[in-house]
Amino acid sequence: MESIHALKSQDHSSGRLRKDKLVLGGVIVLSLVTISPIILIIWKLVAEGYRQISLDFLIKNTPDTFEAMTAVANGELIPGGIANGIVGTLLMVVLASALAIPIGVLTGIYLYENQGSFMANLTRNISDILQGVPSIVLGLISYLWVVKHITMGFSALAGSVSLSIMMLPMIVRSTEETLKMIPESLKEAALALGVPYHKVILRVLIPTGFSGLLTGILLGISRILGETAPLMLTALGSSTINLDMTKPTSAIPLLIWEFYNDPNMIGLIWSSSLLLMAMILILNLVSKQLAAKRR
Amino acid sequence: MTISTIAEVKNPILSLKDLSIAYDKNYAVKNVSVEIKKNTVTAIMGPSGCGKSTLLRALNRMHELYENITTEGEALLNGQNIYEMPAIKLRRHMGMVFQRPNPFPTMSIYDNVIAGYKLNGIRTKKQERDEIVERSLRDVALWEEVKDSLFKKGTFLSGGQQQRLCIARALAFSPEVILMDEPTSALDPIATSKIEDLLVKLKEHYTIVLVTHNMSQAARISDYSLFMYLGELVEYGKTKNMFTNPIDPRTEEYLTGKFG
Ligand SMILES: Nc1ncnc2c1ncn2[C@@H]1O[C@H](COP(=O)(O)OP(=O)(O)O)[C@@H](O)[C@H]1O
Ligand SMILES: [Mg+2]
Repeated sequence: MESIHALKSQDHSSGRLRKDKLVLGGVIVLSLVTISPIILIIWKLVAEGYRQISLDFLIKNTPDTFEAMTAVANGELIPGGIANGIVGTLLMVVLASALAIPIGVLTGIYLYENQGSFMANLTRNISDILQGVPSIVLGLISYLWVVKHITMGFSALAGSVSLSIMMLPMIVRSTEETLKMIPESLKEAALALGVPYHKVILRVLIPTGFSGLLTGILLGISRILGETAPLMLTALGSSTINLDMTKPTSAIPLLIWEFYNDPNMIGLIWSSSLLLMAMILILNLVSKQLAAKRR
Repeated sequence: MTISTIAEVKNPILSLKDLSIAYDKNYAVKNVSVEIKKNTVTAIMGPSGCGKSTLLRALNRMHELYENITTEGEALLNGQNIYEMPAIKLRRHMGMVFQRPNPFPTMSIYDNVIAGYKLNGIRTKKQERDEIVERSLRDVALWEEVKDSLFKKGTFLSGGQQQRLCIARALAFSPEVILMDEPTSALDPIATSKIEDLLVKLKEHYTIVLVTHNMSQAARISDYSLFMYLGELVEYGKTKNMFTNPIDPRTEEYLTGKFG
């Protein structure tokens, strides 16, 4: 009797062991499936793109198609670089941030301060809907508002406006969530010192949640860095560096699209994508680091 | 009135007259009249939910942060109705210390002590600031422990040290009254006894109102005690008398541990 009992329980535990192993195997397979695209992408970008990366790539404008054709025919690297795109991207991202950050942070503070009020709920819902609007539609809107009526033509300003609308809801949300995570006791500590409410927000809550706000902002920036569709309808592109906000301007993702459409420029697609991807990865890593430090 | 005894207090710094406070029409404090003597420690006791915190927060108007609050009756600080002065000004006369130490995590020890000035944008000379910081930290017996690390974050200190830092922050304004809501309930016995010793010293210069649900703490350090039950002030008197000879049967039940 005893031995049968022992046998049975052994059987039972080996069955469970097998189940555990199955689950573990499944988890490993699934996580490989999840991470393999990103590994394949990075591997492909580096393998195909590294050759074109050089100082020239960062400081020279895009070559014309004839220069590129000659170089390719001679088996040389394509001359020139994507400085016009790098500068355009930075210009538009900086302006988009300058528009979206103050408005987004103030709106986030408003939502935090007015939990449950009708206007706050409405604002929050509208912001959530905005987050779901396809970026090409934001490009269209900006085309109608800015290209048609303000700059009277394609412009960096129009590009920035479409990007800033895209960034706005992310900043609103992350500001509100960050403020909500700050313990009530800190607010009370400041109020009990006779600090007026607006100063409590500016001098206690914002500094305390600063890394959280920054995380949201960096994620927002990394989101708009690679946006292409809205820029096609607004910034259009430019083959030289342009610093005039009212003129057509290039951007890295716009260049990638242009290279794709020009058989002679194919060689620049990968290096441009590699640079863009690296910028986005770095922003993501920095914001992850900040978020981790907060805990 | 249900108050069995009202201590005769000469020279009251705070007098409450029929003070009632309701959240959404639910009265948490009912018709409390009390006079609090200068340079004493007054303990507010009673079972959980009886309105201790609400009463304490009504004294620096922190209770107004909640929505739908109504306040009836009067509270006078040195004869002036506190509900008729600006809350911000009042709070600088009434320091507050909370249940859990809450130093500002982004600030150094030094900045935490001087936070009342900094956050309010009150300009002071560096020398004056240094003096305020040293005096306040000495007052809470923290100076010797932190004088070499004044510019480190306050959150690196132990729980007891953090709470003393928070007391120092309240003292920096030289308030008249310090309101404390169970300031030692999150601390270990050694840290607790340090703070208790401190309160006894601090009453030389300040008036302390202390919410506690620790009866032996009230017995050890308070001069006067209030016993509250269901929002009412049941008994108020010299702590010694209340503990040896409570007048109201509910006080006696509470003190002998029959409820609470
Ligand atoms: N913010 C609030 N909103 C509504 N009711 C509250 C609030 N704070 C406290 N109360 C109620 O008021 C009563 C007294 O609470 P409180 O003053 O915190 O008691 P104590 O500090 O003695 O435990 C309790 O019944 C509690 O539920
Ligand atoms: Mg309480």
